[in-house]
Amino acid sequence: MAQHRKRPWTFYALASFFTLFVLFLYGPMLAIYILSFQGPTGGLTFPMNGVSLYWFTALFEQQRTGDFAGSFTRSILLALLVMICTVTFSVMAGLAFRRRFFGSTAIFYMAVASLVMPGLFLSLGIGLIFRVIDVPTNWYASALGAQLTWTLPFGLLIMFAVLSRFSRSYEEAARDLGASNRQTLQYVVLPILFPGLIAVALFGFTLSYDEFPRTLLTVGPGNTLPLEIYAMTTTVTSPALYALGTVTTVVSFVAIILSLGSIAIIQWRRGVRFRK
Amino acid sequence: MKVPSSVVPYIQVAPLALILLVFFGIPLVTVIVVSFFDYVNFQTVPAFLLYNYEEVFSSNLTVTLYLTMLKFSVIVWLITLFIGFWVSYFLVFHVQSLLWKIFFFLVCTVPFWTSNIIRMISWIPVLGRNGLVNQTLMNLGLIDEPYDFLLFSDFSVIVAYVHLFTLFMVVTLFNAMARIDPAILEAAVDAGASRWQVITQVVIPLSKTGIALGSIFVVTLVMGDFFVVKIMSGGQSSSAVYAMWNEISMLQYPSAAASAVILLMVVVLMVVAILRIVDVRKELSG
Repeated sequence: MAQHRKRPWTFYALASFFTLFVLFLYGPMLAIYILSFQGPTGGLTFPMNGVSLYWFTALFEQQRTGDFAGSFTRSILLALLVMICTVTFSVMAGLAFRRRFFGSTAIFYMAVASLVMPGLFLSLGIGLIFRVIDVPTNWYASALGAQLTWTLPFGLLIMFAVLSRFSRSYEEAARDLGASNRQTLQYVVLPILFPGLIAVALFGFTLSYDEFPRTLLTVGPGNTLPLEIYAMTTTVTSPALYALGTVTTVVSFVAIILSLGSIAIIQWRRGVRFRK
Repeated sequence: MKVPSSVVPYIQVAPLALILLVFFGIPLVTVIVVSFFDYVNFQTVPAFLLYNYEEVFSSNLTVTLYLTMLKFSVIVWLITLFIGFWVSYFLVFHVQSLLWKIFFFLVCTVPFWTSNIIRMISWIPVLGRNGLVNQTLMNLGLIDEPYDFLLFSDFSVIVAYVHLFTLFMVVTLFNAMARIDPAILEAAVDAGASRWQVITQVVIPLSKTGIALGSIFVVTLVMGDFFVVKIMSGGQSSSAVYAMWNEISMLQYPSAAASAVILLMVVVLMVVAILRIVDVRKELSG
């Protein structure tokens, strides 16, 4: 419609503003990715003293930079667990919230409160409970629960957005054709909602993978990666820190590309053509 | 076996509700209870004392901490609101192709899915004494001595917060603005509204919900921050949460719990204040 109209000056002003914002967002991150390839004699700032993979290999020498391999594995496993729980439980809850039921408002507010709660508050509370019941804190129990109080509300809110665009008539049509509840869910509802589920999974994985305050007092003896990085900020003053940053970002980017890519492929296969 | 349909929602919501109850509800109550406990020789003893609160309230440090955090949240809130508003406005109303819109929106959200700590640290080589900004300014001959205020100062704390949290404003405002029917804007223009009047009298009132939700995110994230203030101020300032962490590492759980309760009350008051201005739930369902 407005294709051929001359663009107003505000377009150019805002476009420049947006470009600056994107530079602000990505510039510093690019700086540390580049710096992580410093030569062995390079420091924490530019200029580069040669280019090498030296600091990446340094990551695997335990005594030098802490337990990188252990915390890395732990973080990935925990993120996968959180992802599975978040997708399953928030999809179920999202379906439930399509009607009003007794207690739905209370649960909604509990989820919102859980989202805005200062993370260390919960960490402290969960840590105290595990002391009282005399069970040692562990990443697959206490930390898992602590992280879910952060990812589940996110998942629920995304499900609200996804379901608001989902028409109930698909389900009704399936029922009219004789499908059982399970069949309706399996062959109609879940396939239609699938791109939304991937989005929830992406949030579940990445939010858990980067979570800090909720994990701090609940993780038990072995650190997760963000805790390890935090410890490194005070002890490690070499580009190994940046190398670690680059490695974790690569993992995040793999997760992002996998999920966004599969959403795009699904939408494309469905023949949802972009208008205009 | 046939489950009556009235029971189905309860079964569906049960896992989420149970997890939130066990890992959010019970810890919340526990912390509140423990905040009244006593501690003797690093042991927490059940009691009902107001001592922990008296201790927190009587300390000048607490007041300074909260004033610092309030100062940071207001400044960061204003900056993120400004950036978030114009970025979303540009994406929603100026970018015409839906594909580009989605692409640019994703460009804004991708950093959200990467590590906060790493994104924070990434300012060190940029703002440091020998960092990119100082080097550039010196090479251009604009300054002779590197600026010291860029890193490990209030300035770098604010930069890091804005960098980390603007996304929340962009996402919520983008959502709110994308729901505005373009016909309303055209009607406003046809009725003789200037560009500026369209923004102040149509776009802003209609994106109230987004502004409120984004503000809640930004304010609670800044108030609940653990490490940004500590690291980016170079240890000069401390956050309320960091003070709590110090008490925890000294095993003073009751006083840490009291600090946690006070922090929570401050955060809740701020959220309630925002919700009083905008009824988010009504706007979302309506």
